[in-house]
Amino acid sequence: MTDTEARSKRTLAVPDLSLVVLVGTTGSGKSSFAARQFLPTQVVSSDVCRGLVSDDPNDQAATGDAFDVLHYIAGKRLAAGRITVVDATNVQQESRRKLVELAREHDVLPVAIVLDLPPQLCAERNSRKPDRAHFPPRVLQRQQSELRRSLRHLEREGFRKVHVLRSEAEVDAAEVVYEKRYNDLRHLTGPFDVIGDIHGCRSELVTLLGRLGYAVTCDADGRAVDAAHPDGRTAVFVGDLVDRGPDTPGVLRLVMGMVAAGHALCVPGNHENKLGRALAGRKVTVSHGLKESLDQLAAEPPEFVAQVREFIDGLVSHYLLDDGRLVVCHAGLPEKYHGRTSGRVRSHALYGDTTGETDEYGLPVRYPWAEEYRGQALVVYGHTPTPVASFLNNTICLDTGCVFGGKMTALRYPERELVEVDAEQVWYEPVRPLISDAPGAREGRPLALTDVAGKRIVETRHHGRVAVREENAAAALEVMSRFAIDPRLLAYLPPTMAPVATSQREGYLEHPDEAFAAYRADGVRRVVCEEKHMGSRAVVLVCRDAEGSAGEKRFGVPTGGQIWTRTGRAFLDDVTVPGVPVEHGEHGEHGEPGGHGSHGAVTRAVLDRLRAAAESAGLFAELDSDWLLLDTELLPWSLKAEGLLRRQYAAVGAASGAALGAARAALAAASRRGVDGLDVAELSERQAARAADAAAFTEAYRRYCWTVEGLDSVRLAPFQLLAAEGANLAVLPHDRHLAWIDRLVDADVSPLLRPTRRLVVDTEDPESCAAGAAWWEELTARGGEGMVVKPMASLVRSEAGGGRLVQRGVKVRGREYLRIIYGPDYTRPEHLTRLRSRALGHKRSLALREYALGVEALDRLAAGEPLWRVHEAVFAVLALESEPVDPRL
Amino acid sequence: MPGQKIWDPIRPARTPRDPFQGESPWAKVEHLVILIPVFLTISTTGTDQRPATDLGFLLHKHPEKAQSFSTAHGLAHVFYPEATAERCTAALLLEVDPIALVRRGRGAKGRGGSPDFALAQYVNDRPYAASSLLAVAMSAVFKSAMKGDCKNRPELAAVPQPLTIELPAVPAKGGAELVRRLFEPLGWLVEADPLPLDPAFPEWGDSRYVGLRLTGTLRLAEALSQLYVLLPVLDDAKHYWVAPDEVDKLLARGEGWLAEHPERQLIVRRYFSRRWSLARTANERLELARLAEADDREPEELDNAVPEETATAEGEPEEPKPTPLAVRRRAAIVERLREAGAKRVLDLGCGEAALVAELLKDRTFTEIVGVEVSARALAIAARRLRLDRMNERQAARVKLLQGALTYTDARLTGYDAAVLAEVIEHVDEERLPALEYAVFGAARPGVVVVTTPNVEYNVRWESLPAGHVRHGDHRFEWDRAQFRAWAERTAETYGYAVGLGPVGDEDPEVGPPTQLAAFTRTDDTTTPKGA
Repeated sequence: MTDTEARSKRTLAVPDLSLVVLVGTTGSGKSSFAARQFLPTQVVSSDVCRGLVSDDPNDQAATGDAFDVLHYIAGKRLAAGRITVVDATNVQQESRRKLVELAREHDVLPVAIVLDLPPQLCAERNSRKPDRAHFPPRVLQRQQSELRRSLRHLEREGFRKVHVLRSEAEVDAAEVVYEKRYNDLRHLTGPFDVIGDIHGCRSELVTLLGRLGYAVTCDADGRAVDAAHPDGRTAVFVGDLVDRGPDTPGVLRLVMGMVAAGHALCVPGNHENKLGRALAGRKVTVSHGLKESLDQLAAEPPEFVAQVREFIDGLVSHYLLDDGRLVVCHAGLPEKYHGRTSGRVRSHALYGDTTGETDEYGLPVRYPWAEEYRGQALVVYGHTPTPVASFLNNTICLDTGCVFGGKMTALRYPERELVEVDAEQVWYEPVRPLISDAPGAREGRPLALTDVAGKRIVETRHHGRVAVREENAAAALEVMSRFAIDPRLLAYLPPTMAPVATSQREGYLEHPDEAFAAYRADGVRRVVCEEKHMGSRAVVLVCRDAEGSAGEKRFGVPTGGQIWTRTGRAFLDDVTVPGVPVEHGEHGEHGEPGGHGSHGAVTRAVLDRLRAAAESAGLFAELDSDWLLLDTELLPWSLKAEGLLRRQYAAVGAASGAALGAARAALAAASRRGVDGLDVAELSERQAARAADAAAFTEAYRRYCWTVEGLDSVRLAPFQLLAAEGANLAVLPHDRHLAWIDRLVDADVSPLLRPTRRLVVDTEDPESCAAGAAWWEELTARGGEGMVVKPMASLVRSEAGGGRLVQRGVKVRGREYLRIIYGPDYTRPEHLTRLRSRALGHKRSLALREYALGVEALDRLAAGEPLWRVHEAVFAVLALESEPVDPRL
Repeated sequence: MPGQKIWDPIRPARTPRDPFQGESPWAKVEHLVILIPVFLTISTTGTDQRPATDLGFLLHKHPEKAQSFSTAHGLAHVFYPEATAERCTAALLLEVDPIALVRRGRGAKGRGGSPDFALAQYVNDRPYAASSLLAVAMSAVFKSAMKGDCKNRPELAAVPQPLTIELPAVPAKGGAELVRRLFEPLGWLVEADPLPLDPAFPEWGDSRYVGLRLTGTLRLAEALSQLYVLLPVLDDAKHYWVAPDEVDKLLARGEGWLAEHPERQLIVRRYFSRRWSLARTANERLELARLAEADDREPEELDNAVPEETATAEGEPEEPKPTPLAVRRRAAIVERLREAGAKRVLDLGCGEAALVAELLKDRTFTEIVGVEVSARALAIAARRLRLDRMNERQAARVKLLQGALTYTDARLTGYDAAVLAEVIEHVDEERLPALEYAVFGAARPGVVVVTTPNVEYNVRWESLPAGHVRHGDHRFEWDRAQFRAWAERTAETYGYAVGLGPVGDEDPEVGPPTQLAAFTRTDDTTTPKGA
């Protein structure tokens, strides 16, 4: 290198994700170079690490520990996908070897920047530093000779790029320039048409391109050489263009033309790889259809074959597209390899994850990586022929075995539509039948513990990040795994609801005025007051056919539906209803299990009635869905809560009545006798009031209980349609919901369905508000639990509140009903005064978070997202339900 | 006195004056208190020579006066509905202030008024009949009477009196029958009538309250002491509090009659279990309790992975623990593991870690991992194994993890063996395929040992009513054919060979009490598999 060159600016190319290893003796200026070229946080220095573990940056005794720390930090950074610079002498091969291993372990490229400066200069620099002045000269000499010996080997040691700077001037003139990785095409946003394995089926490919809307260009000989989409869409080939099929050269000619013209991208398949090696003259076993390619190519001119070689040689193992949201590769790729660069990543992308074993056909056993895939990016791949392309955990395999007489499949992205062409014939006999079942598919798309356990953050569209604490997740795990229904069906759990702000009105703890005022303050004018049914909350999934084919198709469970409680338990499984025959379970000849009630017979009976009503109301047809998810209240309360009623409420009533009766009689006797001291009359009066309160308490719970004598005494009050196929209905306005619900209730020929009374209130109109309050008074005076006030528009943000989500509803509970909650004599002024100081903040926040999670779960369900994504949000609702909050609210 | 020893371990380190200060569990657990009014009358009869109104001297409360006393948790009123020479009745009415009770709890440790603190500790409670508060109030209001002091008429206190004590509503777990067993040996004529829950719903039956009337001739001090001890024992409420210093009083009150009482064991056990549940509630179960609450259920219905410490049926002697069958089951499992040469072993659904403890004794097991979903069971397991005090070498061999077998768990791959001892029957049959996949498909240990009850044998359990399962949480119990079919299908699906065998004495007709299946992986694949 001449001086002129050195003086001019010299760029050092470094891949934007790599491990940059600085190599140079002490005093060569590595640290100052790093400080000029990189962010301080990108540089991990051995001196700093020595200091961290020993308080002395020059303590050579601490070197072992210091490098442990250095490797640990560098490893964490690389795992997180951050470029990392190691500032250490690295003159010994042994120390570099460890760094190359580290880079490989994280699938990034190692890069060496060598500062090979004159020894005198280094010595002179060291002498100027007080802490290095005492370094014996032989140390520097040794380092110098080690460096010299190293220089020739660096590339062989595995460094992908080696930059050597030989003078102070060269160091000063150097400039590190990041270069993109080949696989990084995140700037390309498509739209794309990803095309599955072709295997020489040129004719089907041309048909498929036509069906996708591409115009195919042919050369003078009528051979397809390019295809372009009028809307500028880009085709992306997942590889395996070649082998087995009838016209490998034709496929190559077309794809190479499209890639050259910028109309297509292509990643290599394992078959291209092997063909490339064969064409390069390497010794390969000619099997799995390679012979067909070689024979067909032999008929082509050598220039074409050379172009093919060059094309295959230049293929990049996988691509990141559309801002990282789409990953295309041949055989699937776990998230940690996305955008990484290593031999391992390449081989993974080409051959997939195999277990090293072979099956009975002698083919490699594939590791079911997609089962475990939890990444945000959609991974589109091919390689494994399957009869039908289907999404699994945000991955999809497009190899539908065209060459074996199956289909050729393309995926439109971002539309996520599949476009297929049938094979014209069986071009090649498969070694083994196409695999139809992914592992675990029948067992319910296995959920992993890591999908739910521990401290978690769930991203919600409407309320940002919602945190779940570890102890709450632990409790939810117990309930979910031991008592809840199959998670495939459990697409929703109802969020908790906050009560209205506390009323100051005499004799009341809750009153509608505060509800109207709160929504008014949030700028919500139209609210709907809905009667609150006092039963038990029940979420109902009803499938259009009772036999289970719709359930099987959508949820993977052959069921006609399910009814579940707030915590995901099968609602009616441990309930017996007279007249509904007790059936045994599916497998059911086994002994009568204790406490296991009807084994779903009541559930099925209720679902039958609901299904008939929904069918006759035309809801399945209108919503174009084979299933409906509804939010309901199941009555009577005593049906589920009888145990609680007996142990708690009725017991309180019975005992209070007996004790107060006796106390009052005794006081009356004392009063008749006339005793001194205490005012017996006053005490007596107080006991009379308590007796009245106790009687009112008993009256209060009795209203919500009745003896169930058969299915006809069970009531279901649906009040919202939550979801149907492809649609989150929960975000739609309540008038639409109520219209659907009314139709459903009207269509019910059985006594099952109960209507929901409602009143629309304009919060800006005092008269309307007064009418709302009067309506509530009347409702609760007749024994109603109360009402729920909801914004008519359903999902609303508050302008006054800076765009935050508005409560989806507040409950205003009746004065008598609240005795059950706050105790028989809560209405006594001295109690009420103190109860008014209840704190609502946490309950409100919890209600909002659970609401957002519920909507999120339905959004994910509607979008057809993987089960684990839906389950994550549902599980979080359950976990939050175990947060500490005053349950009287 | 043997009783002394029994009480000793529960003597608290601190004995604050006010039960609502310092260590009071009220401070830890905020209760939703719905109080049953507390009312009690004591009557005696007399003659002109020995007028019944002498009761006033004994109680230190004048029959012509109605008085109120401020106690720790509200007002206690004492008055006499009748006071003649022939018959005299003293009434004690306790007006507990439920809201104050709750708020006092919140105010502990100077953090009063901070709702977050109080709510953070919240757990809902059963209705609270205040039997313990009555006991406390009695000891305050009738302190001297209970001690047997009577300044004016000391001879009265020493003499048994004809007494009638009435409590219109007493919580009595165990019903009228237990009330009789507790009071009759002390010389009382007992009338105990269960209160019906609600006349509007006759099908609900009786409440756990009884109207109680005790008639007998006893020294008043004795009678009061017995009530003081036995009313809370009868209540047997889960979350119920006796101030620490009441423990000493309780000892004193039991003197002279508790030691000879035929139900002494039950009385003592209930006292223990109450203290135990209290601590447990405060520390371990709040999240679950809240989930139970959300579903209108009792926390015990969800948190049932650990057996209750108390016997389920009153007065029934506790089953000797560990039962021989459980011991034989563990022995059978360990034997299979040894045969298989397993070194690294998973105990899936380890419960309180009895098997883990057993495996730890054998050095051939180099790594033992207990997996359990119940946080409470895990906490008890850790305590039983003394994990925190184990030496490092031992500790390195054992690990306890929270996990659920219906989810795949990457931490469980690569082990030599896994044990599912009495676990599968706790999983709903519809959910079993998920467990099968997680264990046989995903974790894929070399050997899996499964035990489960043999339902055929149930007819041989004399205490088990016909048609009942052995544990309330059993979702199913299989006969031998069903278990075999399941085992063979599972083995076939996941590439295992399976052998079945008995545990316990085999009955010629119905087979063994427990059945065991030992699965051995037949291929070398350790990767997920199935379908």
